[in-house]
Amino acid sequence: MKNKFVQAILVIALGSALVSSCKPKNSGDAVSGDAAQRVYVAPGKYDEFYNFVSGGFSGQMSVYGLPSGRMMKVVPIFSVDPESGWGFSEETKPMLNTSEGFIPWDDQHHLELSQTNGEVDGRWIFANANNTPRIARVDLKRFKTSEIIELPNSAGNHSSPFITENTEYVVAGTRFGVPGDYDKGDVPINTYKENFKAHISFIKVDKESGKMDLSFQLRLPGVNFDLSHAGKGKSHGWFFFTCYNSEQANTLLEVNASQNDKDFIMAVNWKKAEEYIKAGKGKIEKTKYAHNTWNDETHTGTSVIKDEVLVLDAMAMKDICYLMPCPKSPHGCDVDPTGEYIVGSGKLAALIPVFSFDKMVKAIGKKDYEGDYEGIPVLKYNSVLHGEVQKPGLGPLHTEFDGKGNAYTTFFVSSEVVKWDIKTLKVLDRVPTYYSVGHLMIPGGDSKKPFGKYLVAYNKITKDRYLPTGPELTQSAQLYDISGDKMKLLLDFPTIGEPHYAQAAPADLIRNNGQLKIYDIKKNNHPRVAKGEKETKVVREGNKVHVYMTMVRSHFSPDNIEGIKVGDDVYFHITNLEQDWDVPHGFSIRRAQTAELLIMPGETATLNWKPSKVGIVPFYCTDFCSALHQEMSGYIRVSPAGSNVPISYSLGTNLPASSTK
Amino acid sequence: MNKSILLVLSLALAVACGKKEASAEDNYQPGGGEATTEAAADPASYDPKRGEGKYDTVELGATLDQAMATKGEEVAGVKCASCHKTTDEKLVGPGWKGVTERRTPQWIMNFITNPDPMIDKDPEVQAQLEICLVRMPNQGVSDDEARGILEYMRKNDGVK
Repeated sequence: MKNKFVQAILVIALGSALVSSCKPKNSGDAVSGDAAQRVYVAPGKYDEFYNFVSGGFSGQMSVYGLPSGRMMKVVPIFSVDPESGWGFSEETKPMLNTSEGFIPWDDQHHLELSQTNGEVDGRWIFANANNTPRIARVDLKRFKTSEIIELPNSAGNHSSPFITENTEYVVAGTRFGVPGDYDKGDVPINTYKENFKAHISFIKVDKESGKMDLSFQLRLPGVNFDLSHAGKGKSHGWFFFTCYNSEQANTLLEVNASQNDKDFIMAVNWKKAEEYIKAGKGKIEKTKYAHNTWNDETHTGTSVIKDEVLVLDAMAMKDICYLMPCPKSPHGCDVDPTGEYIVGSGKLAALIPVFSFDKMVKAIGKKDYEGDYEGIPVLKYNSVLHGEVQKPGLGPLHTEFDGKGNAYTTFFVSSEVVKWDIKTLKVLDRVPTYYSVGHLMIPGGDSKKPFGKYLVAYNKITKDRYLPTGPELTQSAQLYDISGDKMKLLLDFPTIGEPHYAQAAPADLIRNNGQLKIYDIKKNNHPRVAKGEKETKVVREGNKVHVYMTMVRSHFSPDNIEGIKVGDDVYFHITNLEQDWDVPHGFSIRRAQTAELLIMPGETATLNWKPSKVGIVPFYCTDFCSALHQEMSGYIRVSPAGSNVPISYSLGTNLPASSTK
Repeated sequence: MNKSILLVLSLALAVACGKKEASAEDNYQPGGGEATTEAAADPASYDPKRGEGKYDTVELGATLDQAMATKGEEVAGVKCASCHKTTDEKLVGPGWKGVTERRTPQWIMNFITNPDPMIDKDPEVQAQLEICLVRMPNQGVSDDEARGILEYMRKNDGVK
């Protein structure tokens, strides 16, 4: 009796255990049973992809491994970073200079990996600053910001930094129409329609060095440019931009910029624009913008303020720009790998219009216009339309491609990713996101050659997905497997700031691109480098004191410094003498009103310190460097202003008693 | 009885999920490759006279090559002198006085250009590490530079 009872219980228990044990409970049905093993990268093994993720209002770029979702690095770009000294060291301050001086923060939205023949080439990644319009280039051998260029005549640099298929140009369209810097800017805001214009910048990129140069700008009607992508393959030579606020409203845009049934996708024939520029049709306009470059041999940034820009009035030239009507304030503007289909995501629409490049070219040839918009021809919707994806979801935002004829579109309002067939426009699959997805990314998914396999959704809201952390919760990424017919959710991982657009490349493409391990100290041309301890010294020039210091495991030279006075302006020029991978040293001074320095092997960096108190001030290395790291420290004697303690410095020997008076 | 129920239950659970778990390695094919790990070498093959590295023999002149020694001194000033004195006094690492008499030229050249594997294998270096506690860093010294340093060490040891 007892046995039978136990057996019955056993059978029930066994049955329910089998069912429940293999079904993860809290993640719902969305996660398949083998998700954990598909994202597990064993200790010491590498991820399959590098994923570069915009940092949004952090101003930086983060780097993750896929499929693990492990964060490997945050690259400081537009915001100061006390951890690395970016924007605090004397050498890096010029990198954040603008036409209105040093700016410590920005809002980083979109990233684009450099391409050759439309394929990701792993050399550089470009980043936009949305608030103070700028474009940065990050060198992927060093994972360091190498260049930042400011954009004149712009405000809200949103539709950037998208590139042409050989990285000939990076483009940047202004989000806000504003009077140009060369126009009269002091005008009533309600004269928007009369005085506000929008500019799109074409930044030339040097093939070898990657160095950027603001080549020309197009002057356009005062609409809001939102996103863009270059044509590729057959449509190489064209650029496509979504624009909203064709109403040209200047207040309560939420309502007033949502009046028109259709706004536009603007197609720009940039090769034609180049011809006009060559023919001298551009006009040099006065402006001011900063162009900041980093030199790896002097380890120093330089900021140059430029005062002219070449502007081509696209409204006067009738055959550079064409407008394709696009429903309801379009956001994403995505071109499929063949270059034939242009997907406009009307963020307030319940359908996705897909335009045909071939049809567009034909319509332009036949002048199949329905009218013009401030001088720009408007093509007929039905003449350029490939078709509409019907009832795909609510609030389409962005689309990426897998290279197999499928498109994947995010829906912010209905929190989902929808897979559809580009040619037949049929919806094939849909998966929920948690929650309110913005951008999505497939490795190489906006290039000619997507790598497929994974899709990452970048969500605006996480609500209940993570342990609560007060009013502010993390934002997140969600990894999906797209190798089969159905998309499968594999992993959630938190992100820094707010993730917008992202890029990814196969790990080998980046890690075999000639990754730099150290800076060769022989090539260090910093004007105040100390190549070896014998070159270390302390030099007073009036109230300025220059300390030429070295660091090596595990001491500074010199480490006893006297003769510093209250009111002095002290510069520590510190050279890391190490020539070994992964051995940076840090440097910090008690109560210095700045961040630490984190100095790479072979690099020289400078910390400025203005002592305001008499006493002994210790300094130390902040980056655990060896078993004797705690010993890596030193002392500075600060005497009163007007004191006659002479400058003296030493390492390893106590100073003579005479110097201690 | 109770124990056997638990056993059966846990076995059943293991079987139910085991299929999926066991295939973790098969399913995951990292395109990015694996982290490099040092191949475990047979310590018996380590030659403490030669060290480990690309140098089997190093040709030394009967007399000092002054120019080479001067170049070596320059390099040592940047890359070595922070830790090594030219006397027999220990700084971070041991002083250089007499090093060319204690070590073969190939050992010195191998150690300068390939320190990490030798720190792991050489019994005398390991004993030294217990005293110094700082691993000698790989300072990215080229072959020419290393040869210069060796010549400078010879000069320091009185070779004319």
